[in-house]
Amino acid sequence: MTVTSVDKDVDHLTLTLVADFTAPVERVWQLWADPRQLERWWGPPSYPATVEEHDLTPGGGVTYYMTGPEGEKYGGWWRISSVTPPSALEFTDGFSGEDGKPNPEMPTTSVRMTLTGHDGGTRMELRSLFDTREQMEQLAEMGMVEGMSLAVGQMDALLAG
Amino acid sequence: MVVDGIADETGASAADGAVDRLFHALADTTRRDILRRCVRGELSVSRLAAAYPMSFAAVQKHVTVLERAGLVTKERRGREQLVRTDPDALDRARQALDELESAWRARVDRMSALLDDTGRDTGRGTPARDGNTTEGTDG
Repeated sequence: MTVTSVDKDVDHLTLTLVADFTAPVERVWQLWADPRQLERWWGPPSYPATVEEHDLTPGGGVTYYMTGPEGEKYGGWWRISSVTPPSALEFTDGFSGEDGKPNPEMPTTSVRMTLTGHDGGTRMELRSLFDTREQMEQLAEMGMVEGMSLAVGQMDALLAG
Repeated sequence: MVVDGIADETGASAADGAVDRLFHALADTTRRDILRRCVRGELSVSRLAAAYPMSFAAVQKHVTVLERAGLVTKERRGREQLVRTDPDALDRARQALDELESAWRARVDRMSALLDDTGRDTGRGTPARDGNTTEGTDG
């Protein structure tokens, strides 16, 4: 029941998601602001994230990699465009190549996250926008392929167990 | 548009067969890599073959497995066989948003679980244990 609404706008390539937490704003902000907490929720359990750089200031950024079940690594980065602790964060979210540098061939999304006090807890509003339709389609393909590869990996683990 | 028809059996066995083909197709590193390469546009089998340390025939076999699973289409143009992944564009856009939604829903669930964990760890709202509390010593 944490996610209270989701809106998907195909024409504007935008996902808007609203979630309510019982924890106070400052506590929810820490999930983003503390790299050790960020790596506990950013990646799926089978692809845990390791955060390397973490600088939530305008022009600063985050670099991380996720490690898959076969030891394969997928790198990613954020570039921070604006930050207002403890209530707002805007950044571009992208992928890195094997050299750890941003990969310009991969899709990016622009993310705006806001936290406000709500009913004694916190409301988090998240808007994620694909920068181009081409990138959106590219991510769909990757998601499909990665998602299915993941499913296959889980099946393998089940069969091996 | 020529779609290479696959003669399916009937009923549940046909659906099982399709799922088997899909999982079989995806259970191989080279085939997953071929899929990723063909996302960006169509590639000829010979271009693909040049990318792997294996024979043209071996790569062609991988492409055939992907094609039977419905993951790529193959089209002959002149002397070349062109391979591409080919879902409908609008479906892909919707799918991208669906992917993004499920990624963020999963993240929100993990955030929520983390907040619950730390709530317990710090003892916030911990109920007093009956009969074990001594007045004046809590601090």
